[in-house]
Amino acid sequence: MALDKTEYSMSAAEKMSNGAVGRNKNGVRVDRSDGHVHQNGSAKKEKRRPFIESFENIPLLTAATTFIGFHLILLMGYVTSIIFTPKVAREKNRQGYVPLYDRFESFYSRYVYRRLRDCWNIPICGCPGSEVTIKDRVTHDCGWTFEYTGTQSTALNLGSYNYLGFAQAEGSCSEDSAVKIKELGCATASPRIEFGTQKIHQELEALTAEFVGMEDAITFGMGFATNALNLPSIVSKGCLVVSDEKNHASLILGLRLSGANVEVFKHNNMESLRQVLHNAVIKGQPRSHRPWKKILIVVEGVYSMEGSIVRLPEILELKRKYKAYLYVDEAHSIGAIGRNGRGVVDYFGVDPKEVDILMGTYTKSFGSAGGYIAGSKAFIDHMRVNSHGNCYATSMSSSCAQQIISSMKIIMGKDGTNEGKKRIDQLARNSRYFRRRLNQMGIITIGNNDSPVVPMMVYMHSKIASVVRRLKTNNIAVVGVGFPATPLMEGRIRFCLSAAHTKEQLDNALVHVEEAADFLGLRYSRKRRSKEPVHYSDSESEME
Amino acid sequence: MVGKYIQIGERNCLNLGTNNYLGMIENPEIEKSALECLSHYGVGSCGPRGFYGTTEVHLDLEDKLAEYMKCEEAVVYSYGFSTIASAIPAYAKRSDVIFVDEMVNFAIQKGLDASRSQINYFKHNDMEDLERLLMEQADLDRKNPKKAKRTRRFLVAEGIYMNTGLMAPLPKLLELREKYKLRFFLDEAISFGTIGKTGHGLTEHFNIDPSEIDMISGSLENSIGSIGGFCVGSHFIIEHQRLSGLGYCFSASAPPLLMAAAITALDIMQRDPSIFQTLRDNSTFIHSQLSSQLPSDLRVHGHPESVIKHIRLANPSGDKVADEQLLNEIVDK
Repeated sequence: MALDKTEYSMSAAEKMSNGAVGRNKNGVRVDRSDGHVHQNGSAKKEKRRPFIESFENIPLLTAATTFIGFHLILLMGYVTSIIFTPKVAREKNRQGYVPLYDRFESFYSRYVYRRLRDCWNIPICGCPGSEVTIKDRVTHDCGWTFEYTGTQSTALNLGSYNYLGFAQAEGSCSEDSAVKIKELGCATASPRIEFGTQKIHQELEALTAEFVGMEDAITFGMGFATNALNLPSIVSKGCLVVSDEKNHASLILGLRLSGANVEVFKHNNMESLRQVLHNAVIKGQPRSHRPWKKILIVVEGVYSMEGSIVRLPEILELKRKYKAYLYVDEAHSIGAIGRNGRGVVDYFGVDPKEVDILMGTYTKSFGSAGGYIAGSKAFIDHMRVNSHGNCYATSMSSSCAQQIISSMKIIMGKDGTNEGKKRIDQLARNSRYFRRRLNQMGIITIGNNDSPVVPMMVYMHSKIASVVRRLKTNNIAVVGVGFPATPLMEGRIRFCLSAAHTKEQLDNALVHVEEAADFLGLRYSRKRRSKEPVHYSDSESEME
Repeated sequence: MVGKYIQIGERNCLNLGTNNYLGMIENPEIEKSALECLSHYGVGSCGPRGFYGTTEVHLDLEDKLAEYMKCEEAVVYSYGFSTIASAIPAYAKRSDVIFVDEMVNFAIQKGLDASRSQINYFKHNDMEDLERLLMEQADLDRKNPKKAKRTRRFLVAEGIYMNTGLMAPLPKLLELREKYKLRFFLDEAISFGTIGKTGHGLTEHFNIDPSEIDMISGSLENSIGSIGGFCVGSHFIIEHQRLSGLGYCFSASAPPLLMAAAITALDIMQRDPSIFQTLRDNSTFIHSQLSSQLPSDLRVHGHPESVIKHIRLANPSGDKVADEQLLNEIVDK
């Protein structure tokens, strides 16, 4: 893991001017309480907001112990498999068949994953809002089977993707969705291109296009399927796709199905991207050396495992230079970052029309389900006819569509209140506060300071499980991720902040996280720790 | 609402175009249970199944489906298309061989592409052609026994083919499966809830034990009137999808209200088996009427009991563009 700390630092003069509130400077009105001047894409002298992303190196001793620890688990698993017969279902009536699973796969699943199985697939009995009701279960045989105890416990929810707090069972959004179910039913049982298009879908598409700032948009019933089924209609054989190495499984699947050539560049590394584009343009297609039919750069807005934000202005520069197209997957960034919650283009203050294709999902910030693709009218018209999702997959349920419409109107302020703005600001405050407090404890968090996803590095598999279990006993629900979703040595606990969290809830969580950090030895960071108290405010001038 | 009648512009038309086979979309009981669930869980589930996206409703639906299909376990996906498109690549990898009917639906085709296996298509519902391909594969295996020991072989078929309306000859397929040691995946997207005396699908129609089939996949979007899909089979097979099914692990779980609607639909199906007889009567009636009353240059295709009927040109001219134009004119009229 390379040490990559990039900072666009502000000059002393700029730092001074940021302290002033309500001043007009260079024709840009400063209207935020922190006096922060936001980037105006058309102004010549742009004051860039600081882009602070850090990926601290793993300490050598930790790397060694993680490596040894993992192999120790494998060794123990191997010994256990020899001595005891596994309590796993065997196939019946299939003698003489080729074994269905690879040996390592079944070994890993039975003897490594099984020991930690209680940390995942935890059932809940209520709305996944800021607090979640968990159905308690115990295992009496080290993870082979589970038994429900019959009790439930309420925990602070730091694991669900509920960025703007719209996962609510009461409120105007649910009421509107209920009305729509009565009017239009739960589903249409038909693909969009047949009889599955209702007026609500058209309304949703128009609203989405307005929200992201593009000419038109098209929506689908599932976020994963949006990528997997539409990339084949955008690129095909003879095209080159340049994709970030940490892209999501849905993008990778979509690219595989499309048949295009794929080149990977190092995560968020602009030099690596430049090299790949440069070589692609010069060398052309393999063997024939003809120029590529098109070159598409595929990146995500916020990477959910790393917590990093894409370097959009630099990618746009490279895109213009090498005449490539750009596809941004805003699954985790739409609604969650940006001054008005409009995603990465809003965050960097660029014109959305400079990005060719903006894709996003409605699951995270809008509390619903489904995905969309937005672009120019000509492009979306092409998608309406050629997209596999549009032609063969069922259209979105009307209740989900209405939930999105209601929540989007709140975020845009169209409901007449400023609740949307309050939620966006609350989320930004929560993300920054939480991350700074963790860093102050000496815990390594990776990714961008502004991202609502805060991955806390624990490295070792056993520590992932210990932290999750320990925090659960303190009524905090978190999510741990390890191999194979992340590289082998980089186990992490991923906190997903939400606008629904209050400062008290976060403080309580931090107390328990600090306890766990002391008990398990998680203060890996070797950076200088500031002793100043961290303020819960909009100000970004308090940096480490 | 897109139910028995559908409003297009000013006109109220009889709906023969959507997959609402059991009329569940307009059912008030289903609406009631969806609303109840909405008031408890909200709309979205805000997370994948592994990260606090598993609610009691999801687990209930999985148990009910497994019980209904008389299998050990079921896994529920949030989208019908993704179900079979994620299930096939979870088991079949690059070095494997898949035998599949040439007329399978688009979702299965995408699943086959994603699996990267070697695909052998056999002519539609032609068991001799399938046997020929299997014998060729057996020859190859004899020449290279070491490789044969590592190559998994799969057979994929649909209960009722979306593209033709015909039924798969299940007993013969199972015979071949037994003889050549194939793993059989049956996609019952259309036949689930429509075929069989009590709607249990093709296995009931042919009176076969469902455990003979390695995995049955179905859709909650057709007979059940909700959104999603499922796979049922033994513990051994289905458990694997919880870690390797891409559409399951890397995607948010289905909205709980749609799962509640599906549970209610299953309850209705179990409580009132007469709806299947009504559906069967309607299908056979239409089939017989169309066969006798269509003009001579149009023909009806499909099994008499199938809910999907294809009306095709009796003598296609061979020119796709002209034929499509003619069909479009018929549709517009």
